[in-house]
Amino acid sequence: MTVAGAAASRSTVELALRGKRRDVASRVFSGLLLSSLLLSLFILVALLVSVLVDAWPVLSTRGVDFLNGNLSRFESRAGVRQGLIGSLILIGFVAVIAVPLGIAAAVYLQEYARDTSRINRVLIANIRNLAGVPSIVYGILGLVVFAQALRGITGPQSNGLSYISGGLTLAVLVMPFMIIITMEALRAVPRSIREAAYGVGATRWEVVRSHVLPYAAPGIFTGAILALARAFGETAPLLVVGSVTGYLSAGGGGNVLETLQGPYTALPTIIFAWSREAGDEWAQLTAAAIVVLLVVILVVNLAAILLRNRYERKW
Amino acid sequence: MAATVVTPAGDVRRSLSGNPRRRRKERSIHGLLVVAAGLSILVSIGILLALAFRAVSFLSDVQLGALWSGTWRPRQGQFDLIALFLGSAIVTGTAMLVATPLGLGSAIYLSEYARPRARRALKPIIETLAGIPSVVIGFFALAVINPTIVQGLFGATSPFTMLAAGIGVGILTVPLIASVAEDAMHAVPGALREAAYGIGAPRRTVTIRVVFPAAISGIVAALILGISRAVGETMVVAIAAGAVGNATRTIDPLEPGQTFTAATASLAIGSDQVRTSGSGLNAFEVLYLLGAILFLFTLVLNVTSERVVRRVRRDY
Repeated sequence: MTVAGAAASRSTVELALRGKRRDVASRVFSGLLLSSLLLSLFILVALLVSVLVDAWPVLSTRGVDFLNGNLSRFESRAGVRQGLIGSLILIGFVAVIAVPLGIAAAVYLQEYARDTSRINRVLIANIRNLAGVPSIVYGILGLVVFAQALRGITGPQSNGLSYISGGLTLAVLVMPFMIIITMEALRAVPRSIREAAYGVGATRWEVVRSHVLPYAAPGIFTGAILALARAFGETAPLLVVGSVTGYLSAGGGGNVLETLQGPYTALPTIIFAWSREAGDEWAQLTAAAIVVLLVVILVVNLAAILLRNRYERKW
Repeated sequence: MAATVVTPAGDVRRSLSGNPRRRRKERSIHGLLVVAAGLSILVSIGILLALAFRAVSFLSDVQLGALWSGTWRPRQGQFDLIALFLGSAIVTGTAMLVATPLGLGSAIYLSEYARPRARRALKPIIETLAGIPSVVIGFFALAVINPTIVQGLFGATSPFTMLAAGIGVGILTVPLIASVAEDAMHAVPGALREAAYGIGAPRRTVTIRVVFPAAISGIVAALILGISRAVGETMVVAIAAGAVGNATRTIDPLEPGQTFTAATASLAIGSDQVRTSGSGLNAFEVLYLLGAILFLFTLVLNVTSERVVRRVRRDY
């Protein structure tokens, strides 16, 4: 009796485990989930392929000449040199201003301020909100504050619509992002590391400087790279701060300060301007410029992901 | 007893706090860090002041009827906000129709279904998508999505449509929704899942009936943030829907249109005489009003999403 009972229940269990109630709905469900991910992949591939196909005539026939050409009304001569240089200068501003200030603010919020203090809570809520403000609104801020109010410094001759204004605007835009990423990296460093340093009599800054920052460095570095990549592709705020979409003289004269106070353009701005021109040649030029932009951004992002995988620690 | 112990409290404190140079350094660094953290408040105040003053001064100059005139033609002094609102609503709605299933589906798959190795292989898809700049998606929407999907499947005739722009914005929003929602589901403790598995529930039931409800606050927050991102997106719409700069009141997604953001960009790239015209009503000034509307709208959405997280969050 006990043997028969055991055999019977075993067979029902096996039936239930194997396909007696083959769960079709479950399969459909997991298939749908996977296909949503694969559709994203498909979109990504379609985007890259279509851009490459469009860009191929320009890249294959003009090659280096395209990278080296200045802005031009003529399809056959237009190139992205000014945009690349402009974008690199703008990124320089972000790297010099937003990255260190972002790290400093994050260190204060995470290591110095008390979690419970009201000021700290207000500061963090404020930074989260700033991270959600549309980028074009930062453009308006840059226009009013940097290009108009500080015109004397940012560019007396260029109505303030200069590298300095554009770079500062991007720096302000990226800073909340930088702060949030750095705070996460700092939070991941375990307490015991800090306590070990306090235990031998280190001051708060010494703890941060010699213990917390080195351990958080990979995360902060990755964050900084992603922040710079983001600034590199940002367009809308630069349009408002007067990044040039038409003709920009190749320049050459003037010292560094005069250049920085002068009119500017950037790679994404050029892409936007060209995408508005009619005709296949301009579409091909746009695609070629996009290839240049994507190569920079994807290489940088890949580097960030690899760095993170290489140095990330689990405590 | 404590009263009997007499200590030169001042001396002890001074010797405990170490040498004065070290303390001075400590204090000055503390000060620098406070300044850096405080700058963010300055930025917020700057945005508020810049927008508020200019928006109010524009509102006091313009005839209020112009904000209700039926068409958005800033160069002719017609600033119909309804036309822009409809444009923003259509683009955002389309974007969420695209991004919600893709983003949540990806998040659920990555969090509940994918094995660690598959996760490592699949997650970079979302991360790469997140890194693509919006001008690029805008060009993709104009050059690929509009001709193939919008004109091919829906029979649109215009090279610029709000539908194409909306799909493009949706693609941009997928990574944000996916990553916030995945974090939320990831935070659901394994014990809850194991309890359900223990009484024989299949994975689908565990996902839908246990994990999803437990993570609902984070998922709702992800969707609200997605809406906020879609409303604030500029370049896709500027390239794929609003190249002409003008707009009428329409709810047809197969027509060109203008959103608050794209209209702002279009004003900004206007020629220099629009920028600097001295006397009379300056069309350019409406840009500040649009910025203020955008800022307030996204602020409300962002604060709401934080509230949702805090109100519905259960501590495990």
